[in-house]
Amino acid sequence: MSEQSGAQAMQFGIMSVSDITRDPTTGVTPSEQERIKATLAIATHAEEVGLDVFAIGEHHNPPFWSSSPSTFLAALAARTERLIVSTSTTLITTNDPVRIAEEYAMLQHVSDGRMDLMLGRGNTGPVYPWFGQDIRQGLPLAIENYALLHKLWREDVVDWEGKFRTPLQGFTSTPRPLDGIAPFVWHGSIRTPEIAEQAAYYGDGFFANNIFWPKEHYQRLIELYRQRYAHYGHGTPEQAIVGLGGQVFMAAKSQDAVNSFRPYFDNAPVYGHGPSMEDFTEMTPLTVGSPQQVIDRYAAMREHYGDYQRQLFLIDHAGLPLKTVLEQLDILGSEVVPVLRRELAKDRPAAVPDAPTHAARVAAEFGDGPTRQARPGANRGDNLTGDSPYQDTPAPAGAAFGLSRKEA
Amino acid sequence: MTTRRIAVVSAGLSNPSSTRMLADRLAAETVKALAARDIEASVDVIELRDYAHDITNNLLTGFAPPALETAINTVVSADALIAVTPIFSTSYSGLFKSFIDVLDPDALTGKPVLIGANAGTARHSLAIDYAIRPLFAYLHAEAVSTGVFAASSDWGGAGDDVAPLARRVEKGAKELAEAIARQDSTAVADPYDPATYLGEGRSFGHMLGGLAGE
Repeated sequence: MSEQSGAQAMQFGIMSVSDITRDPTTGVTPSEQERIKATLAIATHAEEVGLDVFAIGEHHNPPFWSSSPSTFLAALAARTERLIVSTSTTLITTNDPVRIAEEYAMLQHVSDGRMDLMLGRGNTGPVYPWFGQDIRQGLPLAIENYALLHKLWREDVVDWEGKFRTPLQGFTSTPRPLDGIAPFVWHGSIRTPEIAEQAAYYGDGFFANNIFWPKEHYQRLIELYRQRYAHYGHGTPEQAIVGLGGQVFMAAKSQDAVNSFRPYFDNAPVYGHGPSMEDFTEMTPLTVGSPQQVIDRYAAMREHYGDYQRQLFLIDHAGLPLKTVLEQLDILGSEVVPVLRRELAKDRPAAVPDAPTHAARVAAEFGDGPTRQARPGANRGDNLTGDSPYQDTPAPAGAAFGLSRKEA
Repeated sequence: MTTRRIAVVSAGLSNPSSTRMLADRLAAETVKALAARDIEASVDVIELRDYAHDITNNLLTGFAPPALETAINTVVSADALIAVTPIFSTSYSGLFKSFIDVLDPDALTGKPVLIGANAGTARHSLAIDYAIRPLFAYLHAEAVSTGVFAASSDWGGAGDDVAPLARRVEKGAKELAEAIARQDSTAVADPYDPATYLGEGRSFGHMLGGLAGE
């Protein structure tokens, strides 16, 4: 069972895209090792200041370092006690869904359920051919690969045939999900209605990037997701599980924040040399100013999007030095998030679900009863005979040789 | 009387601009030709010069600032487009192409377009057909067969006296009016309507194909 603390209406955390960017104020570019260790320090500090989630992106080209998020997150889970470790995003298009099923089920076990993952299609075109895929098939890949991943976590023995992957016969993805509960999945999207539809179809979470574009784009996506969540019978539109990105830079005095962040903004790979910081902050959720300005801006998010479950901030990018990022975390943890927790809890309808946790999902499935503890059947070299290669505990009386609960 | 909406995109860089003069003539003549068919038309003119910074910002950030977004919506939701650009180095201007580049590649599909261009001398007149027309062909827009090119001399006494500018404008405008009259009024599909991306009456199960047993 998870060692997580009790249910929370909303989870707050940070997300990193793992960029290694030259600090424009010093001219210094950190090494990969420096940046990887700095990100571990940032992520562990997120827990120390009272945040709930750390999420890491996935990239396979410089200037990014995060090619192997599950390895990084396992190290982070070992250094923390309460933090939920997640991704932003895991590439559902170019990763083999079998490897995603295996790696993240493993992460679920070693983190005692303190994990979930966010799936996305990625934004680096060449990553498709590097992994033998065709970018023109991005959406069909996202749809088919997730269908397989979903199945691998829920069925012990899978027969599978699709368009994109070698067929599977009698395949068992190991380890089985912790306590018999598949990791929670968020479907991340910047602008694709089909991904909102996918999240709604499965009753999974939907995470809107909420960084790059004006809120109107995300409002339409989230509204679509909520409507379709209800359409597929998972609850009311208000009960759909929504996460949002965001980005902030803070200082006690608003003008200090503006002055300190401007050189980073002006040279940032994603928006540098384009719109002014003032224009960009007006058009997008980027907020550069006092903690109170950040509180005001983000407390208003539920007016735009409805009550939601997860808020992740991007704070460690564009060459900002470790010391600055840790200070930002201190401000977030002490001055911003506690107030946002209170503000966003006010008048929150009882029907709006809490943020998803492993413990809550286990309780929903098993109540107070025993959870599933998958144990491979004895002396079984294959998993092609019988209906399960597992005997579960508590083992039914007379269980032997892969006898399943159903048979007993 | 039915009503239609024409968007005019003018990529001239100076003010006043002969590109805009040509655009206005094409628009006025098209409205006249439509009126003769008992079709009332309104005209929205987009001067790209006013959006030059926004267009660059859109290229860098991936989204249109509010003013540019309004202009884009005006263009993609119009019943027809009159597109006029100066000829720079044998082709459309960079600003014109940058504006096209921030549109969704499918946004002009099936839209009637009248192409206009201007340059210092008539030696550039073929640029409409070897540079601009292929761009609209790529976008699956329906460019009418007459493109109207105006050289500097067309505005003064030494213009083409076999087919003077006014006659060419009239010919192009008449073709555009005919194309508009043939088409139903534009209804833009809502990308956030499930019927748009799934198909009418279909569910996500259809996208999964055999995977969901549908």
